[in-house]
Amino acid sequence: MNTLKGHPVGLIENFDLYAPKLVDREEYFTPGHRACQGCGEALAIRLMCKALGKDTVIINATGCMQVISSLYPTTAWELPWIHVAFPNAAAVGSGVEAALKVLRRKGRIPNRDVKAVAIGGDGGTLDIGLQALSGAMERGHNMLYVCFDNEAYMNTGIQRSSATPFGASTTTAPPGVASMGNKTWKKNLPEIMAAHNISYVATACNSYPLDFMNKVKKAREIDGPAYIHCLSVCPTGWRCPSEACIKMGRLAVETGVFPLYEAEQGRYRMTVSMPENLRPIQDYIKHQGRFRHLTPEQVQSFQERTNLEYKKLLNKIEHSKSWAEMSANQG
Amino acid sequence: MGERKGMEIALAAAEAAALCRPDVVAAYPITPNTHVPEHLANIVSEGKLDAEYICVESEHSALSACMGASGAGARVFTATSSQGLLYMAEIMSIASSMRLPVVMALGNRALSGPLNIWNDHSDIMSQRDTGWISLFASHGQEVIDMIIQAFRIAEDADVLLPINVNLDGFQLTHVVEVMDFPSQSEVDAFLPAYKPFASLHPDHPCSMGTLGLPEIYSEATKAREVAIVNSRKTILKVWAEWEKAFGRRYEPVESYKMEGAQEAIMTMGSMGETAEIAIDALREKGIPVGLLKLKLWRPFPYEDVRKAAKGLKSLLVLDRAVSFGGPGGPVASEVRSSLYGETDRPAITNYIFGLGGRDVAVEDFIKMFEKMRSGDKKRSKDQYEFYGVRGE
Repeated sequence: MNTLKGHPVGLIENFDLYAPKLVDREEYFTPGHRACQGCGEALAIRLMCKALGKDTVIINATGCMQVISSLYPTTAWELPWIHVAFPNAAAVGSGVEAALKVLRRKGRIPNRDVKAVAIGGDGGTLDIGLQALSGAMERGHNMLYVCFDNEAYMNTGIQRSSATPFGASTTTAPPGVASMGNKTWKKNLPEIMAAHNISYVATACNSYPLDFMNKVKKAREIDGPAYIHCLSVCPTGWRCPSEACIKMGRLAVETGVFPLYEAEQGRYRMTVSMPENLRPIQDYIKHQGRFRHLTPEQVQSFQERTNLEYKKLLNKIEHSKSWAEMSANQG
Repeated sequence: MGERKGMEIALAAAEAAALCRPDVVAAYPITPNTHVPEHLANIVSEGKLDAEYICVESEHSALSACMGASGAGARVFTATSSQGLLYMAEIMSIASSMRLPVVMALGNRALSGPLNIWNDHSDIMSQRDTGWISLFASHGQEVIDMIIQAFRIAEDADVLLPINVNLDGFQLTHVVEVMDFPSQSEVDAFLPAYKPFASLHPDHPCSMGTLGLPEIYSEATKAREVAIVNSRKTILKVWAEWEKAFGRRYEPVESYKMEGAQEAIMTMGSMGETAEIAIDALREKGIPVGLLKLKLWRPFPYEDVRKAAKGLKSLLVLDRAVSFGGPGGPVASEVRSSLYGETDRPAITNYIFGLGGRDVAVEDFIKMFEKMRSGDKKRSKDQYEFYGVRGE
């Protein structure tokens, strides 16, 4: 299957034709949960589970997805699932992975590959869970970590996180006469993960389902740590209509605000091809109430920084070589 | 047959844990308990124990990893002290609520600040109400025995609660003692393989750690309280079996020279050993005094305390921690609660001492005892007093 090349519009046109055949019909993240209308994160999790398949243990950080999916005595999960606390999904996952490994070795569980997959939101991953995540990645557990980034603490009511984009209004970084809203640039966690020398790092978005699922499948096969950062549109927190969820994700990509790439063994590659000229970020932010207050000058700064970050990525894509290639060329 | 040999107690704690064949060990170094995970790492590295040893980046992650592993059906072990325990605090209560039988060796150390690495009981007292079973060892043999007993108690289908085995930092962790080590086959016979009630595996999916609304939270909390109160039965059963198998007797409140005693001292942890010598000296002078050593801190053995205190005129309770702005020492507070409803109860004096590693000598126990006797115990307006502290 090669859905990664070609124009994204072409992909979506043929989606109805091909997608049902490519996607597992089994539901592991079942309906009836309490996510908001138009939740990109719930959609992405459903797709992730389909890509992972049955032999998976999910380790969930506290956050929207834990709260909406596990209201005792109900559960949306058909996969084995554990939640302990907010900052420790990667650490709990380390324990799950270690246990699966040793119990399999000792013959106490069936001898087959069951993958530990830890998931968390941007707060639980980039902020409070960063230490546990760094530890788990550095130790080399056979674990996939997927961050579902909706760019603020949505579960507690839209507070700023280190993943909140420049200029966005949040309840703890509100715009006012003395403030423009969030003044800082989004933390680049995929790069921090890549610096852990793990074999697979990728960005993804709920609006590109096959791209995301392909990445999940690829990461699942890695015998070691892997990280996927999935931009997950949150209509509630982004102040956009719920039916605009998919559109917002696509605009985030097409404006270069959130390009979709992967770094496999050190080699960077764009997985969804980008237009020659990026769409102006105005196309993306004008639909979202969280950016409504920005002045033309602030939008201009946002645009310039977006261009710079995009060029930094293109530079890596152009010049990066895989570790194997570099080792072979040592002479 | 087991072996009798001399060893540092922290190393013995690791040997005892290894005899229990844990599947996953996750721990983070902290004085004074570092030798426990260090020695376990050695045992694993030498291939003497088939376990996954996770060198976590914090105590928070140590307990979190233990919970993940326990959830997946593994037998787990961790060790910590003081600030490390506090760093685990967020997870402590979740461990008991999820009924995951994590076993922890806790090398008791004072809490900062000021920064202090030496012994007192302020670390465990800060985590008193997290739903863990707490055992207190007074010497090395008890550390070995209690760690093995802990797995058996924690994993019992009627219990399924986490346990901490408390061993005083330095006073126990760094002391070399001659101890009896059970053999592997003896431990295997005593401790069956862990059979989890539920575990994380795709062949039988389950959800662990769900959200509890006000409609269920109170019931969940009560269930946990019922579980830890009920664990007493299993603890006593396991101790009885231990005595049968290894000949060493364990009781929630151990008595020393209590025959005909009208007065008594109560201790918890390693100070009980020193206090015994003081009791011997006082008995030699013809004073009918005995010693009560508390071994089980949670679930608190109310009935045993009542029984032990029966007929006493006065009881000196010694605490190695303070409940700031509260009733004084936490042990004395529980003892008072135990005896409040008794018509014939001893006068209780509570001294707080031995904080942050301050040494406690035999003569201190004698002085404290004499100080208690000199006061008007029945009418004392002081709930507690600091003993041997400057700046009164």
